[in-house]
Amino acid sequence: MADATPVLAVEGLRKSFGPNEVLKGIDLKVGAGERIAILGSSGSGKSTFLRCINFMETPSAGRIVLDGAPIGTQGRGGVLAAKSAELRRLRTRVGMIFQQFNLFPHMTVLENVMEGPVTVKGLKREEARAKAQDYLKRVGLAEKADQYPQRLSGGQQQRVAIARALAMEPEILLFDEPTSSLDPELVGEVLDVILGLSQEGRTMLLVTHELGFAYHFATRVLFLHEGRIHEQGTPDEVLKNPGQERTQAFLRRFSAFHF
Amino acid sequence: MSYSFQFGEILANGDLLLRGLKLTVLLFALAFSGALVCGLFIGLARGSARRLPNLIATAYIELFRNTPVLVQLIWFYYAMPALTGWQPTAFTAAALGLFLNTSAYCAEIWRAGLQSLPAGQWEAGRAIGMSEWQLLRRIVVPQAIARMVPAFTNRGVELAKMTSIASTITVQELMYEAKMLSTQTFLPLETFTVVAVIYFVLIYPGTLAAYALERRLNSKGA
Repeated sequence: MADATPVLAVEGLRKSFGPNEVLKGIDLKVGAGERIAILGSSGSGKSTFLRCINFMETPSAGRIVLDGAPIGTQGRGGVLAAKSAELRRLRTRVGMIFQQFNLFPHMTVLENVMEGPVTVKGLKREEARAKAQDYLKRVGLAEKADQYPQRLSGGQQQRVAIARALAMEPEILLFDEPTSSLDPELVGEVLDVILGLSQEGRTMLLVTHELGFAYHFATRVLFLHEGRIHEQGTPDEVLKNPGQERTQAFLRRFSAFHF
Repeated sequence: MSYSFQFGEILANGDLLLRGLKLTVLLFALAFSGALVCGLFIGLARGSARRLPNLIATAYIELFRNTPVLVQLIWFYYAMPALTGWQPTAFTAAALGLFLNTSAYCAEIWRAGLQSLPAGQWEAGRAIGMSEWQLLRRIVVPQAIARMVPAFTNRGVELAKMTSIASTITVQELMYEAKMLSTQTFLPLETFTVVAVIYFVLIYPGTLAAYALERRLNSKGA
């Protein structure tokens, strides 16, 4: 995997909000089919990192390279301006799932999933409908196709949001704390769907607080601290035998109530 | 003391009032439809983080909101030819003035409507690769519209009545014809009573339609 061109490369990524530098230089190469779990305490910059990859936040410096092609025009410090047409292309190739689901409330579940393929990719409605029904089946919600999102539980809404992202047939999926706003009893159904996707060899990056899930899901675990990758490795290395003191402290807090 | 109303003569001249009514409706339709659309773009500029569009939109809105419509119409009719050499007809000047004035108010309604939508909706649209225009058309406007209907209704009602100011620059709409009729017949009370009824009959159904639209939009997806 090291020799092949990475699907995604992040080089020297920095991001500041005003005087506050959230990301302080992140380098990462992601190979095809890798599943990366990103951990870190709040404020470590993990969500910002994810959001820079599809330019929901514009990086302050550094480069995002997709399949060997850097995004945006390159200056000395890296990126820095990207045309909106290029960003739209990028986002059809890199899907995102949000903490708050963000389904479109004025559309049915099926219409939510069809929206991208029809409006953005220009697919015929019939074709998009068939495809959307397939993806809804994949997340176990075929029978909810004609409902409006408000009538669904949080877990169901998040599964629809996953189907909506899948319908664009992206090469990479980004999950931004997909279960953080769910009631505990609804977390499992969403994680099951994500685990199902990992069987298909998809390239995925996931920001999460679910350590147990990260262990089973990931091929690689990153621990972010103060805007840098503090430690990375296989789930066993990072979660069971962390080398860094910060990582150990972080993990201890989560295991305080194991019984 | 008692006054005996004589509506007969006014009603006998109903065709004059009807002719004026046509222009009133035309003025309203042109100015309102134009302002609804134009207001969106000014509203977008007003809500924009970019400095120059924001500044221009803000200046425009404040200029038209903080000066009397009467002055604006007179200005378009009399000052425009002096400044540019272009002499609009009275109707054009009135339509233009009412359109620009209402656009300023509609822009503020649009801005508030667009900003009332959670940021997550914009993000979700962007994340599947939508352009700003697609976002507006498919995601933002359909959701914002339901919240904006009451404010637009107010604006429409206000505009329908404001068309009467066009009579002061000799547009022969309903109020103009009414003034003529009242001086010819010496029956101002009757004339303006009839005119009030006509305005009411014209505007009220529009208000009712707006209520119905509001209910329909709000019930969707609930």
